[in-house]
Amino acid sequence: MIKTDILIIGAGPTGLFAVFEAGLLKLKCHLIDALPQPGGQCSEIYPKKPIYDIPGYPEVLAGDLVDNLMKQIEPFEPTFTLGERAETIEKLDDGTFIVTTNKGTKHHAPIVAIAGGLGSFEPRKPPIQNLANYEDKGVEYIIRDPEVYRDKKVVIAGGGDSALDWSIFLTDVASEVTLVHRRTEFRGALDSVEKVQELKNLGKINLITPAEITGIHGENHVSGVEVTKKGEAPFTLETDHFIPLFGLAPKLGPIGDWGLEIEKNAIKVDNTLDYQTNIPGIYAIGDVNTYPGKLKLILCGFHEATLMCQSAYQRIFPDKKYVMKYTTVSGIDGFDGTRKEAPKAVVKAIN
Amino acid sequence: MSVDINIKITDREGVVHEIQAPTDMAMNLMEVVRSYELAPEGTIGICGGMAMCASCQCYVHSDHELPEMSVDEDMMLAEAFYVEDNSRLGCQIQMTPALDGLEVELAPES
Repeated sequence: MIKTDILIIGAGPTGLFAVFEAGLLKLKCHLIDALPQPGGQCSEIYPKKPIYDIPGYPEVLAGDLVDNLMKQIEPFEPTFTLGERAETIEKLDDGTFIVTTNKGTKHHAPIVAIAGGLGSFEPRKPPIQNLANYEDKGVEYIIRDPEVYRDKKVVIAGGGDSALDWSIFLTDVASEVTLVHRRTEFRGALDSVEKVQELKNLGKINLITPAEITGIHGENHVSGVEVTKKGEAPFTLETDHFIPLFGLAPKLGPIGDWGLEIEKNAIKVDNTLDYQTNIPGIYAIGDVNTYPGKLKLILCGFHEATLMCQSAYQRIFPDKKYVMKYTTVSGIDGFDGTRKEAPKAVVKAIN
Repeated sequence: MSVDINIKITDREGVVHEIQAPTDMAMNLMEVVRSYELAPEGTIGICGGMAMCASCQCYVHSDHELPEMSVDEDMMLAEAFYVEDNSRLGCQIQMTPALDGLEVELAPES
């Protein structure tokens, strides 16, 4: 069981900055994120795109913003459960919470702060009838263990980096690799595109373009897929596995079933006070929340995270008095023993 | 001088909405759909308008001359679902006076 003061769900910019504000109050944070790396949308969707409305930064790349935030919160030693999705929440008699992920990891904290953005990133599933019937029976959206494909026939669909890279990788593992894409052009790193071309020329990758997978066959397991080339009649291709790789899209997911008040696909919070939800002790900050006049901006998430931490402190220590301090005045005492402070002026006579 | 144009948007339930869109607010079609709440929040404009998610895909039914497709939009549509020959990403269509009378239909959520 992982124990912490504030359990943050979502390691995007808002969740990361919450660690800093909590750290100033000597509260420890643990973050859960469905993605394998911190940064949320900034890392997953647009790391190389500039952002122009972060106060004090005329321009900053989304990926750099995440790197900076990670550096900023380093003294407060945040811990992470990455690649797992927060699935269920249980409120204990003492008012604290246990959050369990889809992989069964349990987290215990008096405060839960949902900073889940638009939700957890899930694989985009192509609209093929019966697709769901074959999930984990030959249809996989994420390749977890390449050995599963050892000496098997594999069909990959998609035109981006992951479709290209896995096609290349699996040529050494699978007995047959087929890559199907709706276009003849691929969007990926030049190296990968050229490598696929080379493997195609060597007959190691069976490339079918422009085409789509339009059906799946098999009794209890995939035995073949229906391939439709543009303007031609569909044909069946024998295969043991079908791996659609069409990227990830965020879905609110299980958080939507936690008994929180939901409006417009977002969690309603009290913006007049502390961004608390209808369940005391659970807060929602950043893009995941909604209130009158809400703007889904990173800078608003930072503000919400700051006020949330103050409220969380009062909830954990109802009897303690606390006055907000400026970091310039008080400096920063990291949990790792480091201290940052403004240089002191010296007093020295000049003769 | 009026700077609004009339456009016809068929939502994902098949309901037709005749609405006015401003051309002086640097708005694109995805933002117009969101401002009129013609699709639930969180199901459209997920990437914020960077042609990186295809949640604002629509079918253009009128024969207006639209801005040329960028490489980003073209490649995103190559990986989107329910794509037709008249598919475009709403976020890449800026509202201009020339688009008065535009008729579009929102593609299914995916």
